[in-house]
Amino acid sequence: MKTILKPLLKPFAAFFEGHAKAHYRLERHSLGLTAAIIVAAGIGGFIEIAPLFTIDETVEAAPDMRLYTPLEQAGRDIYIREGCYACHSQMIRALRDEVERYGPYSLAAESQYDHPMLWGSKRTGPDLARLGEKYSDDWHVRHLVDPRALVPESVMPHYAFLLDAGLDIESLPDRLAALRAVGVPYSDEMIASASVDAIGQALPDTDRADGVFDRYGEETAVRLFDGTADRVSEMDALVAYLQVLGRLTDLPAQIQPVPEG
Amino acid sequence: MISSLTQAERGAAMLITLAGMVAGLAMAAAGQGDPMGAHGWIVLIFFALFFGLLARAAYGTDEPEDRGLAYYDDPTKVGILIALAWAVIAMGMGVWVAAQLAWPDLRFDAAWSGFGRLRPVHTSGVIFGFGGNALIATSFHIMQRTSRARMPGQVAPWFVLFGFNLFCIIAASGYLMGVTQSKEYAEPEWYADIWLVIVWVVYFTLYIRTLARRREPHIYVANWYYLAFILVVAVLHIVNNLAVPAAWTGAKSYSAFSGVQDAMTQWWYGHNAVAFFLTSGFLGMLYYFLPKRAERPIYSYRLSILSFWGITFFYIWAGSHHLHYTALPHWVQTLGMTFSVMLLVPSWASAGNALMTLNGAWQKVRDDATLRFMMVAAVFYGLSTFEGSFMAIRPVNGLSHYTDWTIGHVHAGAMGWVALITFGSIYALVPGLWRRETMYSWKAVEWHFWLALAGTVIYVFAMWNSGIIQGLMWRTYGESGTLRYSFTDSLVAMHPYYVARAFGGLLFVTGAIIGAWNVVMTIRHVPHQVPARDHPTTSETMEPALPAAE
Repeated sequence: MKTILKPLLKPFAAFFEGHAKAHYRLERHSLGLTAAIIVAAGIGGFIEIAPLFTIDETVEAAPDMRLYTPLEQAGRDIYIREGCYACHSQMIRALRDEVERYGPYSLAAESQYDHPMLWGSKRTGPDLARLGEKYSDDWHVRHLVDPRALVPESVMPHYAFLLDAGLDIESLPDRLAALRAVGVPYSDEMIASASVDAIGQALPDTDRADGVFDRYGEETAVRLFDGTADRVSEMDALVAYLQVLGRLTDLPAQIQPVPEG
Repeated sequence: MISSLTQAERGAAMLITLAGMVAGLAMAAAGQGDPMGAHGWIVLIFFALFFGLLARAAYGTDEPEDRGLAYYDDPTKVGILIALAWAVIAMGMGVWVAAQLAWPDLRFDAAWSGFGRLRPVHTSGVIFGFGGNALIATSFHIMQRTSRARMPGQVAPWFVLFGFNLFCIIAASGYLMGVTQSKEYAEPEWYADIWLVIVWVVYFTLYIRTLARRREPHIYVANWYYLAFILVVAVLHIVNNLAVPAAWTGAKSYSAFSGVQDAMTQWWYGHNAVAFFLTSGFLGMLYYFLPKRAERPIYSYRLSILSFWGITFFYIWAGSHHLHYTALPHWVQTLGMTFSVMLLVPSWASAGNALMTLNGAWQKVRDDATLRFMMVAAVFYGLSTFEGSFMAIRPVNGLSHYTDWTIGHVHAGAMGWVALITFGSIYALVPGLWRRETMYSWKAVEWHFWLALAGTVIYVFAMWNSGIIQGLMWRTYGESGTLRYSFTDSLVAMHPYYVARAFGGLLFVTGAIIGAWNVVMTIRHVPHQVPARDHPTTSETMEPALPAAE
């Protein structure tokens, strides 16, 4: 046994011997140690992250993919502000039970304009990647106002205050412009009319609503999301966002994925 | 404490606080009507407070002191007290949010008191407030002792300590106002991130300058770990927080990355925050205080080298195991899984090295709760790194991911390893630091130990149970070939475990409160005692930093 193992392990022993000797010299130089730590810790991250930007297959091509409207983006910002991602994922894994429970598994293309992504890490509540149009606007509003009125077992916090909070519409052009700076292809026109579009999407049958269809497509949901027409509330924005989850592209349904396991 | 600063140092400190006040005023003016404006006022008041203290003492006399004769320990003392305050606040927050999951109406009728906004106050408060302050304080102590040299200057350490706490305050108050990037453990917005970079650069230069003054050719192993902590956290922080603000007058920003690249960057950051914030720095603590308290040399220098470079090289690859079965390309998932499993070797090398160091001192572990804190911390380090490698295996992760099992795993590490090694180190450090004979109450240390251990075990068992039950319920099929349980069914099944978890956390925070009380009583009531040896010297035999190897 020893005669077989010894020559096999010899290179490893030589490596560790050399490594220890090199370290013994290195630990006398603080800046040498600094450089070595950065190199040792840099390699893995570089090899795993850099290719994701250069390999084309990483993100599928989704020609029909549309952008978030200003109202939906504002809703997304509220979703982030309230920390919804702490309990809800937006990433259906390629596992049979997940696909049967939530729908086709999530594709990279679906979150390609999500700065940052909201894949989440915990499901205290269910996954929301394909929540859009599963429930009515009215259900969402009532559920957000008092979750336990609709789902008695729920442990979700209530968000009744969103109904009374007017949406910050003035900052939307800046927000869209910042998103364009990081790579979301918003046009000049979309940015310039962001505030008007946010109002228009929550006020159907007006001129402003028509502008939303022109810029974001005929299938965009233009509704009284919170049920009232007097003003655009934060509730309008959040519900508009929840109703578009999983509906920016048809690609997942087209691929009809065959799940693993 | 200001009296031990020279006039020049007081002047420099006043200039810094003035600059801070101007920055705060600018933020308050620019960010009117936005949470950034509120943060501006916080920054202004923060710096004005220090400016006032300095101004009051500006014309006071210097207390002439020969700085070559003693280490500079005032920042360490303050850092330890701040760390304990954060421990009580942030662990208390943890109990509150845990209780909200069992009883969701246990809140105020205000937006800030909902789970989503409170949860990052708990996580950041514990990781950065408690852990970060403990790391900074102990690193100041250890770098001076193991170099047998005093740190240079007396402004930089205060800048690092208070600057870091300003970051923590901006972070925690921001979450309550809804200011967050949503990136887990990197939630603070762009201005807080820029501020942390400045603080961190000063921290690094302070560390390197102290090492440059060392009277010892070799750099001790604890310092390798603290260096890795400072350096890699800087790289992670800068890359993951790259973002474009929506306006310079507001807090909101958008990450430079999106979708799959953002997910990978975030979990490269997230997992290595575990590696280099919650492991590397605390291993530095372990490598100093455990041999010192046990009065035994480190078992193996070779194992120290192997585990240090193993952790530094392997850990960085492991982040992608957070993204198994997702839209992340398969090859990255596989790399992450492979390195996560290999990571067990250096992790257990560290844990084994610590436990073998105790050979010949086990009677002390039995009698001394302080050393027992460190021993149990090493055991939990070994357990949670094993669990981590196991959970990184793709099919296991298929069950555990998105469930409470992850929460249990994190807390086995955070409570069992990070918090216990910190409390052990604090109990080992406090009497000597304040020149006291002993801790005020050894019984209180025992109480703290058993409360902390019981709390951890209850917490972790509750989350193992709930996590595995949850994962299994989600994938259980009935006889008709359809999913057996609704999501709500699985939620209802969690309730008893959520109650148990909150109880475990309550025990743990009770221990922390007893610990904080004990430290305060030690400072106030225990008689002075000057240790025979604790000062900078060129002679190793006069003052060995650590027990010498036989």
